[in-house]
Amino acid sequence: MKANTEAALEHGPKARDLNDGRVTLRQTLAACSLLLVALLAAILVTSLFGSERLPTRASICAIASLGQSACGLTPDQYAILLEIRLPRIFLAAAVGASLAAAGASYQALLRNPLAEPYLLGVSNGAAVGTMIALVFFGAWEWSRPLMAFTGALGATFVVYRLAHGRAGASPERLILAGVIVTTFLSSAIVFVTTLMDATRIRSFTFWLLGDLSGSTTRLLTLAIIVAILGTAVLAANARSLNLLMLGERDAFDLGVEVARVRLIVFFVASLLVGSSVASSGSVGYVGLVVPHLVRLSLGSDNRITVPAAALAGALFVVVADTVARTIIAPRELPVGAITALIGAPLFVYLLKRG
Amino acid sequence: MLQAENITIKYGSRLAVSDVSLNVRPGEIIAILGPNGAGKSTLLRALNGGLKPSSGQVLLEGHSLNQYPRRVISRHIAVVAQEGDVRFPVTVLEFVLGGRYASASTGAWGWETDRDIKVAHDVLRETELSELSGRLMNELSGGERQRAVLARALATEATVLLLDEPTANLDLAHQAVILGLVRQRSDLNEVAAVVVTHDINLAAQFSNHVLLMKNGHAVAFGHPAEVLTPKLLREVFDVRILVDAHPITGVPRITPVHEVRR
Repeated sequence: MKANTEAALEHGPKARDLNDGRVTLRQTLAACSLLLVALLAAILVTSLFGSERLPTRASICAIASLGQSACGLTPDQYAILLEIRLPRIFLAAAVGASLAAAGASYQALLRNPLAEPYLLGVSNGAAVGTMIALVFFGAWEWSRPLMAFTGALGATFVVYRLAHGRAGASPERLILAGVIVTTFLSSAIVFVTTLMDATRIRSFTFWLLGDLSGSTTRLLTLAIIVAILGTAVLAANARSLNLLMLGERDAFDLGVEVARVRLIVFFVASLLVGSSVASSGSVGYVGLVVPHLVRLSLGSDNRITVPAAALAGALFVVVADTVARTIIAPRELPVGAITALIGAPLFVYLLKRG
Repeated sequence: MLQAENITIKYGSRLAVSDVSLNVRPGEIIAILGPNGAGKSTLLRALNGGLKPSSGQVLLEGHSLNQYPRRVISRHIAVVAQEGDVRFPVTVLEFVLGGRYASASTGAWGWETDRDIKVAHDVLRETELSELSGRLMNELSGGERQRAVLARALATEATVLLLDEPTANLDLAHQAVILGLVRQRSDLNEVAAVVVTHDINLAAQFSNHVLLMKNGHAVAFGHPAEVLTPKLLREVFDVRILVDAHPITGVPRITPVHEVRR
């Protein structure tokens, strides 16, 4: 994928003249299959790395047997592989896919290549929801994703309303609205934090920056299901998004039921962000970096961008989290720190390029 | 095929369009003229259901627009507005294929059929954009982009074209190209067109009928030669206007006479 991107950067649009200027179903299937293979390979390889290096052949054998056989791994190694590492990798994949698919859709719907769940304040909305759930309904596990979703949807709605002035929404205005909502919600987070006891505060600060280590089996299952279904629904609206990307009025004139599609996309994107934040905090910039690279190499047709971004996002976060948990092993970095390290400079580049 | 009956549109308490009726027939181009704020574009938006009139109704093939799903309306009525900036790397072909959205059996998902591709290539040829089909929209010149917007509208195969100042940012040659293409289609009885424009001479040259508007009211409607008179134009535009016959085409030629105070 990286080589592809570089080729696109070098040759720009010329590389796309070859296929007549449009994306076909066959290309979409080919690109997605390729990304899927890369993702599965990455899952397998990254499961070997960590503070404890696992034996390659035995681990692959254990994974291939779907955990039925230990294949000579010690009980400790077996537990590390199947109970700690793989769930975490699957969560990374689900979170990456959710955030990238949501990012790509926000960008198309808001006509803004800079739109991103984290920068729009949507992640923070979900974070506030999650924290409220933890403080007030801590005993009920499902309150976390539910409140996270509510928070994400609320933040999305407010940013959208703030960004649309009488003169329409400029990209700058949207980002400003995102900054306002983000900072407001950040202070809300600080406020809720003060209601917590001191021992929990540190783990929450870590979680806020994006931390994939603290999930439960149920939240992981939910995150995976939401990632797959959510991406499917967004991809199913991709042709409408292609027109919305050119402006709501154009889309309306060409036959898109704008209000309905907008509602579906906001709802599903918020669901995706909510479920990833509930299980892993705010992993920033995934929704910016990944769709951008996908568009560079595969073009802007959302029928390819949305599913390809989901797969590439999964790949990106799986790799980023492996870096986060190995680079200063046995200590760990929050994965959000790694994604922001890559994403923030790219954001500056995109902003400069206009 | 498209009728507006006693349309009144209000923005809050402000009356934007007041009791205007219009009948659009195949083979005809209607030009809507008037000063800024006359309600021209507002009326045009009401004609495809983009704005709901506070009273009166728009009929498509005899039925109120409200009775049709959005996609069906878009199959019949296409809009050519001034192109907004395209912020994503979209190719000209992808842009024009957008016009095939309403014709698809499944609107939201699905891929273009061979016929969709053929229609797109046909209109690209007609608008002389074939060479540029793989180029990105934001690499085109203003004239090329506006032709792509027209191509997309033609790709819908709609029988009614609504054009909102389609030539505002174009040089002389390109203005004529755009309206010439619409005129061609109209002469084949394939389409009816309504054009909102500030260019009175262009309207005189290309339209069958002219609707003069001021402050939301229809001031006059008729053939260009009947409507584009010094008296009516002065009444609508508040400037003295000289009207003579174009030396070649014979259509009314309008020249504003600005009285310079010394």
